[in-house]
Amino acid sequence: MDLLAHLPALQVVVPMLSAPLIVLLQPRGLAWAGATAVAVLSFAIAVALAIAVLDGQTLEYAMGGWPAPYGIALSVDAFSALVLLVITGAAAAALLAAKPSIDQQIEVERQPLFYSAWLLVLSGLVGIVVSADAFNIFVFMEISSLASYILIAGGPDRRALPAVFKYLMMGTIGATFYLIGVGLIYMMTGTLNLADMETRIGDVTDINPILVAAGFITIGLALKAAVFPLHVWVPNAYTHAPHMVTVFLAACATKVALYVLIRFDYMVFQATLDAHEIQFAMFMMPLAILGILIASAVAMFEGHLKRLLASSSIAQIGYILLGVSFVSIAGLSASAMHIFNHALAKGGLFLAVACLAYQYRDLRLDQLGGASTRMPWTCAAFVVCGLSLIGVPGTAGFISKWMLINAALETGPWGWGLVAIILISSLMAVVYIWRIIEALYFQAPIEGDVPMSEAPLQLLLVTGLVALMNIYFGLFPHVPLELANSAAALLLEGSR
Amino acid sequence: MNFLELLGYFNYWVFAIILTVGLYAVINKTNLIKKLIGLSIFQSAVFLMYITMDKVEGGTAPIIQKGVEDQIFSNPLPQVLILTAIVVGVSTLSLGLAMVVRISECYGTIEENEILDAD
Amino acid sequence: MTPETAILVAIGIPLVGALAIALAGRISPNLREAATAVTSISLIWVVWGLLPILMDGGRPSIEVSQVMPGLSIAFTVEPLGMLFAALASGLWLINSIYSVGYMRGNKEQNQTRFFACFALALSATIGVAFAGNLFTLFLFYELLTLSTYPLVAHKGDAATVRSARIYLGVLLSTSIGLFLPAIIWTYTVAGTGDFTTGGILAGKLNDPEIGLLLGLFVFGVGKAAVMPVHKWLPAAMVAPTPVSALLHAVAVVKAGVFTITKIIVYIFGIDFLFEASSSQWLLYAAAFTIITASLVALRQTNIKRLLAYSTIAQLSYVVMAAAILKPLAEVGAAIHMVAHAFGKITLFFAAGAIYVASKKTEIHQLRGIGRRMPWTMAAFTIGALSMIGVPPTGGFVSKWYILAGAFEANNLVAVFTIIASTVLNAAYFLPILYMVWFEREKEGGKEHGEAPFLAVLALCLTALLTLAFFLFNGPVIELESQVVQGLG
Repeated sequence: MDLLAHLPALQVVVPMLSAPLIVLLQPRGLAWAGATAVAVLSFAIAVALAIAVLDGQTLEYAMGGWPAPYGIALSVDAFSALVLLVITGAAAAALLAAKPSIDQQIEVERQPLFYSAWLLVLSGLVGIVVSADAFNIFVFMEISSLASYILIAGGPDRRALPAVFKYLMMGTIGATFYLIGVGLIYMMTGTLNLADMETRIGDVTDINPILVAAGFITIGLALKAAVFPLHVWVPNAYTHAPHMVTVFLAACATKVALYVLIRFDYMVFQATLDAHEIQFAMFMMPLAILGILIASAVAMFEGHLKRLLASSSIAQIGYILLGVSFVSIAGLSASAMHIFNHALAKGGLFLAVACLAYQYRDLRLDQLGGASTRMPWTCAAFVVCGLSLIGVPGTAGFISKWMLINAALETGPWGWGLVAIILISSLMAVVYIWRIIEALYFQAPIEGDVPMSEAPLQLLLVTGLVALMNIYFGLFPHVPLELANSAAALLLEGSR
Repeated sequence: MNFLELLGYFNYWVFAIILTVGLYAVINKTNLIKKLIGLSIFQSAVFLMYITMDKVEGGTAPIIQKGVEDQIFSNPLPQVLILTAIVVGVSTLSLGLAMVVRISECYGTIEENEILDAD
Repeated sequence: MTPETAILVAIGIPLVGALAIALAGRISPNLREAATAVTSISLIWVVWGLLPILMDGGRPSIEVSQVMPGLSIAFTVEPLGMLFAALASGLWLINSIYSVGYMRGNKEQNQTRFFACFALALSATIGVAFAGNLFTLFLFYELLTLSTYPLVAHKGDAATVRSARIYLGVLLSTSIGLFLPAIIWTYTVAGTGDFTTGGILAGKLNDPEIGLLLGLFVFGVGKAAVMPVHKWLPAAMVAPTPVSALLHAVAVVKAGVFTITKIIVYIFGIDFLFEASSSQWLLYAAAFTIITASLVALRQTNIKRLLAYSTIAQLSYVVMAAAILKPLAEVGAAIHMVAHAFGKITLFFAAGAIYVASKKTEIHQLRGIGRRMPWTMAAFTIGALSMIGVPPTGGFVSKWYILAGAFEANNLVAVFTIIASTVLNAAYFLPILYMVWFEREKEGGKEHGEAPFLAVLALCLTALLTLAFFLFNGPVIELESQVVQGLG
């Protein structure tokens, strides 16, 4: 029992303390092995936490024994557990496959530093998720962001540097806005603990600072979460980062910011502010719809493989936001489910891209000819994950799309318009995924001086595993589904 | 509220003006170092807001002194928060400056438009 | 094995077979053809083994997984599905014989990929046939589209890829854009998607909504090629002929009309739909497709495109028959699936045989070819007569039932359409037959003989089936009558 009680804290502490230790592991390959071991251990902790909260209970933890609201509290409930699974799973999978790709892209001397930064990102992200204290979230947010700037800029592509600079600018502005919002709330309620805020906001006499705070927090987190139109840092950052970094970040980085946004909106604000309905119906929903349609349209015309998938990610974030904006159990569970399923699909796609990139240096679509004959397994995994992104039945992506459409129908007569938008964007996804598949399978092979063959087994195995998981969770989604439903119920009950 | 009361909130005015100046620099300047400076200014505005919010009238630094009774302290919590935030700001700044050094090595310039043209 | 496991085995056999074919193809072509043969024979054995149970009135069913509350993957075998599965599995064997002859005669590339994808497509077809609810049907319907794409795009050149894009584009757009919303609507309104005798929508929808939902279904099931979602059929003719023969005369298109018929009978319910006045448009849409497609067929010069448009028209026979909503017509719809399958597959086999032997693709090149390829053209003749509906071919039987149903419902539009389309069919087939048998060949043409033996064997078999169906159609009628028992 004791270990279980300490798990929320261990989830953060394990990667955080290991990070500086990894720097000491200079011998070749040892840094990678150490980082992978820590990531797998973190994943195991996340699984244990998920099993513990599956029945709807919440694990609370007071850091240093100081009880909330005086001390900093950690709490893990179904929603946190789901996102923790996504983060640690993505980190573990990416690290398990990482070695060949990273060896190719980063010099051996710098690798311990690189893996150490990776673990810092991991600890930052999980720290955000388990924190129940608003300022603590800010600190971990900055830890993860700073470390991810290092990761993205670590590769051989010099275009990553201006991309990271822009990300740094926008990310810091976002975090600072969040800080302003938290400060304003503290001013009015005198507490930083999320649960405490929920009760105290109801007693506040002057509601204006709280509304301002809500605005600042929303915009700040929207910057971090790449909500349209604050998404401009994503395409360049994802495209020029080392390939395994893209796998990790695309699967979970922006989702965590969305997690915080959902927490604040539903647990702190929604219950207590009447005007808050406007935020969802009139602000979030149009932005989500615009993000879905415009990002999908951009992806349809992109010529570079990674940038295409990055634009697709922005559209998928739009889906999640759309479900959130419905303010219903169905919408929230659809969004929570999509956080999980999109991580599976996009993670798998970027893993396949990493395999392709092992042989093909230039990832523009018209340079990928002949990939299907030389790298059949990679392309097969690509097809499966692509189908999951489109939402073909039998894959994970279909489950969350189905749930989202059902949730849209529950919103009333306008629901059919929303359904039409979701279906049109699915068709757009068909177009851009099929462009890639045609490039892989039907283009004439380009001449190369080196005979190309399949990617290394390590990369291929993990990619194949993730692709198979897409199918598995498309047919047997019971565990994430239960977590998502519990999450939605918890979030909404807090606001009734 | 009348004009005087409005002026009484001058710490918030300062905060708003500095924030806007910082943001303007970030968005409008093309030199990367100037952008970073703007970011720093922007962050300082937030620090000011936190610290001024916690000043209690007649309050002193929150350190208990032996033998002195009935002391009024300023709220220590925001000060602690700001210390943390300043550290975060410093780290961000140093990381940003390291980026600029690398960019200057790779591109030979630190003007944003020239960098965009180079690729 | 129990009937329940037989269902799962039937879907699994072609999947395993695809793997076996892919592996065997690396060793030797003959081993690969043997793998295909073994797979298709075992499939026939399992599927046809379910027939006696069905004839007795049994309806085996099994649920595989509850994906979400209310949404499950489940299979139920009922007469319509049994017929479809038996048809597809039986014709797969014959088609495999034909394919071997065709692919080798044409010296085609990538034969292993071809045969493996074929097996996958058959697995999806059996899945569609045995689906027990809308979700399972949709799942395997999409898998069928995806598994047939590599077959359509087999040649791999730019023009083929473009046509394959149209194929995929139309089918996926209709299924995601129209079929899926219709399914979701049904689940939302009825709480379930299970196929139930008498339908599940009674009392849940009012009149205009029924027509709208029906429209979403009919146009969403693009595989049924009701105009205007028919474009994919002519586009798919770039596929090698064995693909056109089995998939676009039997599996894919029949999956389409099978789905529509099943939805009409088991989701809406024949009586329920008959009461609703907003569903009448379906008959007119089908009639329009029949006439228009036949008219377009008149103007075609390419053999396969002519057959494609003929298929579109024949498919709408089934839709129109189902839309008459009277028991005799429903039975006629089911029988026409069989009769058309036999006749059309013969015609496509013949077209492919002509191509292999002489590289001829246009109709005007067929002058006097009857002398050079007597067996092939004899089969072609039988197939053509079946399309027109002349005894002693199977096409006559099904037309008879559909006409009887139309008369029973006093539906003059249907009667007129059937008569008019018969005339049109004759108008484009009879001149070809005349040209083939009675005209002189052009001078200077290439010397060629009959098609490869296996191809000829296959098309003779299917021609015989067409004739046999005229005589031995009792069991089929008996089976399908179970569907409409107690109705009308």
